[in-house]
Amino acid sequence: MRYLGIEPVKPRVGIFDFSGCEGCQLQLLNKEESLGAFLSALEIVHFREGSSEASDDYDIAFIDGCVTREDEVVRLKKIRSIAKLVVAMGSCASFGGVLRHRNYIDLDAANREVYGDKPKETGKTRAIHEVVKVDVTIPGCPVSKTQVERIVQHLVLGVPFHDVVYPVCVECKQKFNTCMFEKGTLCLGPITRGGCGAPCPTGGLGCWGCRGATVDPNLKEFKDLALKRGFSEAEIDERLAFFGGFEGITCASI
Amino acid sequence: MLYKTITKSDFEHLIDFILEQNEIIAPRKVGEKPDGTPIHQFLPIEAFSEMDLDYSKTEYSAKTYFLPFRENLSTWSFGDGGWKQDIQYRQKPRAIIGLHACDIHALLKLDKVMLKGPFPSPYYKARRENTVIIGMDHEPCGSGFCASLGTDILTHGFDLFLTDIGDRYFVAVDSDRGFRILSQVPLAEVTDEDRRRYVRARAAISEKQTIKVHTRNLPTLLDLTFNSAVWEKWGSKCLSCGACAMVCPTCYCYGVKERVCMDLASASKVKQLHSCNLVDFAEVAGGHNFRPTREHRLKYRYYHQHRGFAEAYDEPMCVGCNRCGDTCLAGINPPDVIADLEQENP
Ligand code: SF4
Ligand code: SF4
Ligand code: SF4
Ligand code: SF4
Ligand code: SF4
Repeated sequence: MRYLGIEPVKPRVGIFDFSGCEGCQLQLLNKEESLGAFLSALEIVHFREGSSEASDDYDIAFIDGCVTREDEVVRLKKIRSIAKLVVAMGSCASFGGVLRHRNYIDLDAANREVYGDKPKETGKTRAIHEVVKVDVTIPGCPVSKTQVERIVQHLVLGVPFHDVVYPVCVECKQKFNTCMFEKGTLCLGPITRGGCGAPCPTGGLGCWGCRGATVDPNLKEFKDLALKRGFSEAEIDERLAFFGGFEGITCASI
Repeated sequence: MLYKTITKSDFEHLIDFILEQNEIIAPRKVGEKPDGTPIHQFLPIEAFSEMDLDYSKTEYSAKTYFLPFRENLSTWSFGDGGWKQDIQYRQKPRAIIGLHACDIHALLKLDKVMLKGPFPSPYYKARRENTVIIGMDHEPCGSGFCASLGTDILTHGFDLFLTDIGDRYFVAVDSDRGFRILSQVPLAEVTDEDRRRYVRARAAISEKQTIKVHTRNLPTLLDLTFNSAVWEKWGSKCLSCGACAMVCPTCYCYGVKERVCMDLASASKVKQLHSCNLVDFAEVAGGHNFRPTREHRLKYRYYHQHRGFAEAYDEPMCVGCNRCGDTCLAGINPPDVIADLEQENP
């Protein structure tokens, strides 16, 4: 099928998993109504969860997960040297995700606790861009399939892709929600990048910031308004650290 | 204008009658704040008992029933022989019950832009024409400053407008359609006693309007305070979150995006409401941004509401509902911002 007379290119795509829950990869197989079309827009040559083929010849690499071991560094660098385009997919790939918490604990002690006297090799969590150059970043825990589709359309047809730059509040308000703060619940919506459709405030949870900081977030006002509503610095800091999208930002640093 | 009175039980019958043929949108209680204050929204109802006409103000305005937050403007499907366009205007009739005067004023202001401007919107027009407006007087809402803007009283813009005068409603009829609907229930002529009661009811409401905002000569004041530190004071607090514009009954800014289906067989143009406080509102080709800071953006929100619109249409755009102020997590609200500007002595 041609779109506006443009002949789509069918890129060879590899989907690779690093440290993480692999939920983002699984998202790629969701949204059944357009799954067939999605899969036929691409030539998927490497996708452990979706097929047994494993080729080393691809144009685009979708990376799921973050880097926590040295062998992952080697594998990632090899992927980068082959792929023309590297897409960091999901919060772990984009900024470390929940695995970023490992950077704040004693890893050796944790290793002993879990593996006893047979510790496994493990190191600090790094986002994909901290190891190799990333061309496109799609944060989200998990990533939104709709956004992946738009990126694929962008890559295949050149349909422009602009991630939203407004915070979660816009889509939250557009769902007629009463603000979580009115209900006495903390919410990172005002400083988190929107585009997710605000499922968490809509479902009665505050936003936990899985899409990372929005463009030019007003951190100072956010801190003030949260403190004024009775949330402690510890609560705010815990929330900011949760998905790793506010790396280095704490109440003390704001 | 025609005036009649009806009994309260006949009003209930009237609602039942409208419900037989139409969708009704009315204030419904959806929850409570931790301090017990009820939260209301304009939502569809199925029965008279679901409405709560005793509401003070809905959290969101009824704008969404005329300018939805998201709207599919047009869909194309592509075939081998070419393409086909499909545009749907809403045709189903609908009634909104219980709108207060400020919210009806807001619709009249939107009409100026959406119907009477150089590019009338057929989407808005279809909804506007198919929506019966049955408004209602009410006790002042607490934070609104409508009286300062003259939007607490109304002489047109509705089909029916009700004022509670004790055991009856005093009904102003402003359209043939309104009269036809009202005629479904027994009507009484307005008596001298009804007249007195109406005047007393209105006066009692006006007396309770205590919030005063100085809006006389505000467009000029805004000009003179363009470089005021007041904008830095309030602007630096702004989260650029757009919540104010989403709940505002008059904000109408939007963006349009093209969405292509994954099978490339169809595409659509989707309109989504936007806000001048959002960081990319004035971003143009090449990445240049005419409103680069929160201070700029907040200032221009006030400029459009109270100055630009006034210049174009001889009246401010703001109706004084203070929904923006109520919803703003940073506490930015027109009465305080305008009071600060007043204090400036340029
Ligand atoms: S619930 Fe959260 S996202 Fe929604 S308006 Fe409130 S702060 Fe913003
Ligand atoms: S509301 Fe917040 S935590 Fe929830 S999906 Fe959106 S960005 Fe992530
Ligand atoms: S004025 Fe308040 S509600 Fe409006 S964008 Fe700024 S912070 Fe958000
Ligand atoms: S420019 Fe701002 S104030 Fe004016 S309509 Fe748009 S969003 Fe509302
Ligand atoms: S600007 Fe604020 S006070 Fe004025 S109409 Fe909009 S929401 Fe109401």
